[in-house]
Amino acid sequence: MTGSESGFSDGGFIELDGVEKVFDVRKKTGFMKRERRQVRAVDSISFRVERGEMVGYIGPNGAGKSTTIKMLTGILTPSAGRLRVAGIDPSRQRTRLAHRIGVVFGQRTTLWWDLPLLASYRLMHRMYRIPDARYRENLGRLVELLDLGDLLDVPVRQLSLGQRMRGDIVAALLHDPEVLYLDEPTIGLDIVSKSRVREFLRELNAERGTTVLLTTHDLQDIEQLCKRVMVIDHGRLLYDGSLTGLHEAGESERTLVVDLERELPPIEAPAPARVVRVDGPRQWLAFPAGESAAPLVARIAADYPLVDLSVREPDIEAVIAKMYADQAERAIS
Amino acid sequence: MAERGALAEGLRAYRLIAGMWIRSSMTYRTSFVVTVFGNLTVTGLDFVGILLMFSQVDSLGGWSLPEVAFLYGLSVTSFGIADLALGSMDVLGARMRDGSFDTLLVRPAPVLAQVGADRFALRRLGRVTQGVVALGWALVSVDVDWSAPKVLLVPVMVVSGAAIFSAVFVAGAAFQIYAQDAAEVQNAFTYGGTTLLQYPPTVFGKDLVRGVTFMLPLAFVNWVPAAHVLGRPYPVGLPGWTAFASPLVAVVCCGLAGMAWRTGLRSYRSTGS
Repeated sequence: MTGSESGFSDGGFIELDGVEKVFDVRKKTGFMKRERRQVRAVDSISFRVERGEMVGYIGPNGAGKSTTIKMLTGILTPSAGRLRVAGIDPSRQRTRLAHRIGVVFGQRTTLWWDLPLLASYRLMHRMYRIPDARYRENLGRLVELLDLGDLLDVPVRQLSLGQRMRGDIVAALLHDPEVLYLDEPTIGLDIVSKSRVREFLRELNAERGTTVLLTTHDLQDIEQLCKRVMVIDHGRLLYDGSLTGLHEAGESERTLVVDLERELPPIEAPAPARVVRVDGPRQWLAFPAGESAAPLVARIAADYPLVDLSVREPDIEAVIAKMYADQAERAIS
Repeated sequence: MAERGALAEGLRAYRLIAGMWIRSSMTYRTSFVVTVFGNLTVTGLDFVGILLMFSQVDSLGGWSLPEVAFLYGLSVTSFGIADLALGSMDVLGARMRDGSFDTLLVRPAPVLAQVGADRFALRRLGRVTQGVVALGWALVSVDVDWSAPKVLLVPVMVVSGAAIFSAVFVAGAAFQIYAQDAAEVQNAFTYGGTTLLQYPPTVFGKDLVRGVTFMLPLAFVNWVPAAHVLGRPYPVGLPGWTAFASPLVAVVCCGLAGMAWRTGLRSYRSTGS
């Protein structure tokens, strides 16, 4: 370690300060004519992640999620700003960083397509210089946890998507990385595979203290795995905090579903609660997620012939959609 | 990391990956033998073409059959070595398009070594083998008064030639980072280059020979040093010492190709997802 690398020692394990990535996009506008345009894929993002955290990084397509991951792994060089992972500047010391990170790309494999899983793992063993005992122990444990025992001699191209994904996760963890990046780890997986991957990640984080940063479209991933969420859109960080806080920030609402004895006009509920839908004797009322449902239920029970009721938690997807909409509105005005 | 350390790391990674591909190709021994033989035959057809030509004429551009075989053997052997070592680099553009190039960048090994060793195939030894056979026949048949420098020049030509062709492969790969469908451009210079060098410079136009001497110095693979060995006039009237300049040209080419590769890699943009 040199002095310059530890200059940020008070900060987190992953540190970004005003990181930007600008792409030059050339578009053909006619024969031999090209238009040049700059696209800001990541626009001045700053955050830090402590060792052992498990963070969800979410946003719509083209928001800048993958670009951020690619800068964190050294695949892309930032256009501006400062970026450190374990004190290492990723794009400058890519191979040195590689020993300390694990990467899983949901949509492409890091395994050798035509070779059996085990051949890829053996190569990782040598390439990462994993001590023999360590390699055997890790391989045994990971293969058991992810249930890959019968598949080690199967060429990667013959594996199902779920099997391949699990195979990729093993490959990313053989060398005991301190941080694991997952780019869409559950994309295209069936429910069983999804829950197996999630359960494994939870254990990895809890038992081995591996820092995990995952991007995803599947908000269930986040709900089941991450205490901390970052929301990104148009290259900007819209939100960074707890999952509960996200609901408040997004002004999300819970829904009270009530079944009345018979069809009635919409319930006159005290504001801000209001009826959002009526279908025969069933009515839906929205009220702020931060408030208790009890007073509202008591009020309705007192004034109306109530048969049954249930409360639905806010949909995180809706919360984020609202966040994007607000952002877009602000951009226009 | 120190330059020497990176080189050692690269060679180590190359050895590991190539070894893995060799082991996997050996799983199907019969198929391996068949492909080696097939490769030998297909690449050997070039030489059959030359033999057919000489069944009709006594000389080609003033060069006899053993002399042309000498050029042929040198060109094919040195190209064959480069092709064996780095022949998979023409799929680089495809790897960038489908995004699998990204996965090479997160491994703790120099990317050039990983790309070069990718799909390493011993069947490519077929080309080298028939090049060596042609060269061997030429060496015993050609009418040359062998002196020590001339004898020494033969292995120097093979090694320098392989290095020059390797540099072309790497430069082509660097170019593919910018133009990801440029594999055919690269093939034009590599496969096209080796075919060009199988014939005497005297059969080509002056401008082409000049280009292959000064722009893309393939002439130093065999034309220039072979002119010295065979006692022929040098292409484009080069001075006599240039016959021994091939190693220097090779070093410069490799240096430039390495720089192009680094520059290309730094400006790599990855795909959208």
